[in-house]
Amino acid sequence: MKNPNRIRDPIEDQVFLAIVYIILAITVLIMLYPFAYVLSVSISDPAEVMAGKVSFYPRGFDKGAYQTMINHPVFYTAYRNTILYTAVGTLLTLFFTSITAYPLSKDKFQMRSYIAQIYIVTMFFSGGMIPTYLAFKSMNLINTFWVMVLPGALSAWNVILMRSFFRNIPEALSESAQIDGASNLQIYARIYLPLSKPILATIGLFTAVGIWNGYFSALLYLNDNTKYPLQMILRSILITASVDPSDKGAYADLTHSPTESLKMASIVISTLPIMCIYPFIQKYFVKSLMVGSIKG
Amino acid sequence: MSTTTRKISKMSFYSKFLYDWKCNRSFLMMSIPGLIIIALFAYYPMVGVLTAFQDYSLFKGMGGSEWIGFDNFRRFFADPNFYRIVKNTFLLGLYNLLWSFPAPIVLALLINEMVHPRIKRFVQTATYLPYFISVVVIVGIMKSMFSDTGIVNDMLATVDASPIQFFNESGFFRSMYIGSDIWQGVGYSSILYLAAISGIDTEMYDAAKIDGCSRFKQIFLITLPSMRPTIITLFILAVGSIVSVGFEKILLMYSPATYDVADVISTYVYRKGMFDQDYGFSSAIGLFNSVVSIIFLLSANFFSKKFLDEGLW
Repeated sequence: MKNPNRIRDPIEDQVFLAIVYIILAITVLIMLYPFAYVLSVSISDPAEVMAGKVSFYPRGFDKGAYQTMINHPVFYTAYRNTILYTAVGTLLTLFFTSITAYPLSKDKFQMRSYIAQIYIVTMFFSGGMIPTYLAFKSMNLINTFWVMVLPGALSAWNVILMRSFFRNIPEALSESAQIDGASNLQIYARIYLPLSKPILATIGLFTAVGIWNGYFSALLYLNDNTKYPLQMILRSILITASVDPSDKGAYADLTHSPTESLKMASIVISTLPIMCIYPFIQKYFVKSLMVGSIKG
Repeated sequence: MSTTTRKISKMSFYSKFLYDWKCNRSFLMMSIPGLIIIALFAYYPMVGVLTAFQDYSLFKGMGGSEWIGFDNFRRFFADPNFYRIVKNTFLLGLYNLLWSFPAPIVLALLINEMVHPRIKRFVQTATYLPYFISVVVIVGIMKSMFSDTGIVNDMLATVDASPIQFFNESGFFRSMYIGSDIWQGVGYSSILYLAAISGIDTEMYDAAKIDGCSRFKQIFLITLPSMRPTIITLFILAVGSIVSVGFEKILLMYSPATYDVADVISTYVYRKGMFDQDYGFSSAIGLFNSVVSIIFLLSANFFSKKFLDEGLW
């Protein structure tokens, strides 16, 4: 109900608000336009696209681009690879992160500050691209499944996030479980993990998005086409004029002057899963970012 | 803190370890998987940094390769590309700081001014969205939109401008790089600032209103000053990462035609190491890059502590 005694905002403020809304409307348009463009081009008649007639609304209708992509063996293999890398990588990340963070969250664990330092150092210093490559090579990891899922399984940042979450679980819970005869491993698995669903979801989903979207480790560590993830295929479809001429032959039939519709269809198919989980992440990530911003 | 724990906290590393071995053995066991992972994938590669001081050969390995002291670094400083890649790295980092850093602050301020909660949520959702797209896709969309037949050149044609080869002209590289960065990250980065804003005491705004302060003025007198600690913290982090520009995207965006503005330290490391297999040399360049970035981080933190009383640690 409107309050009759409400004092109207001064005119100056109303003008200001109008400007704010206009700027934000333009911003939202710029943010969403590329999505609309990709979608329109992907379902439009390729001839209309070539003629430069598609700018916002789709012109004509043609699902040929999607059929080509879905039926293509290279695309199919890459899709399966990506799903595998993402699923296994995410599970490993959650396991290693939580089991590492659990002891670090316990005050009675005396070694915790030393161990925490071991992790924090890695936030500021790393071997760098080439030494890391050489190290993986000497461990015979190049061109294996594991190079895609293990190296990223543990990051200091995630451990810190998870530890801060564990710290907020009342110690009395684990004490009473201990009295009932539970071991630490049982307390971790039966009490802490079930209570930590929000943080597990956040870290898990972010890890999944990262693996799903990543191309760089595949570019560095894989040289077998059949192990390539989606993003590597996308790279050769979308960015044909890339500096790396070595991988052109492999998908000659797929990347031989792909039409714009084909390119955009490949984007839609490969990005759709991320866009589907995005609404679920959204409710968590604001909170978790804030947890992360609190130092320590 | 009980007296026993206080006593323990003063003990040496060795006796703490013994205490844990006796009383918290399961914690020690649970720490092992993580330590193995970090040792193999973070610390073992760090040892490889020493290849920067070697004439590294894949066949001889680190143990067999010849030690050549600082020769790789001397070669790098004398490299004709040295000036170009260092300049490009710093310029991209600097432009990033100039444009990408303030953008989310402005967006957060604008979103905060909105009065309709539903529209507000919609705007936020729309601006976060691009964060979840891969770099490959982003560059792919750009290449399509900015191509000869793309939408941008179509629009130029309507005003009778001649088509522009955006991806082959050095003049556009930096703007496209920074612009797409802002497009992708601005909504996501604004979250922290919005969080900071939400912590501001609303009574301050009420008081300002009574004093006749317009909404526009309130931003500069209340909102921005209250965001100061957050802005400074993130600024230090941004300065610290000036040298580590997102080369994954550059690698997708650049071509020999734009090397003169796009080639940065990390892309050069990638080409020298992975294509020319000049391992020792690339390790040296990589080491140079990380040393410079640590120096940046430390000095940014030092100055902010000294002059602004605010720091990361």
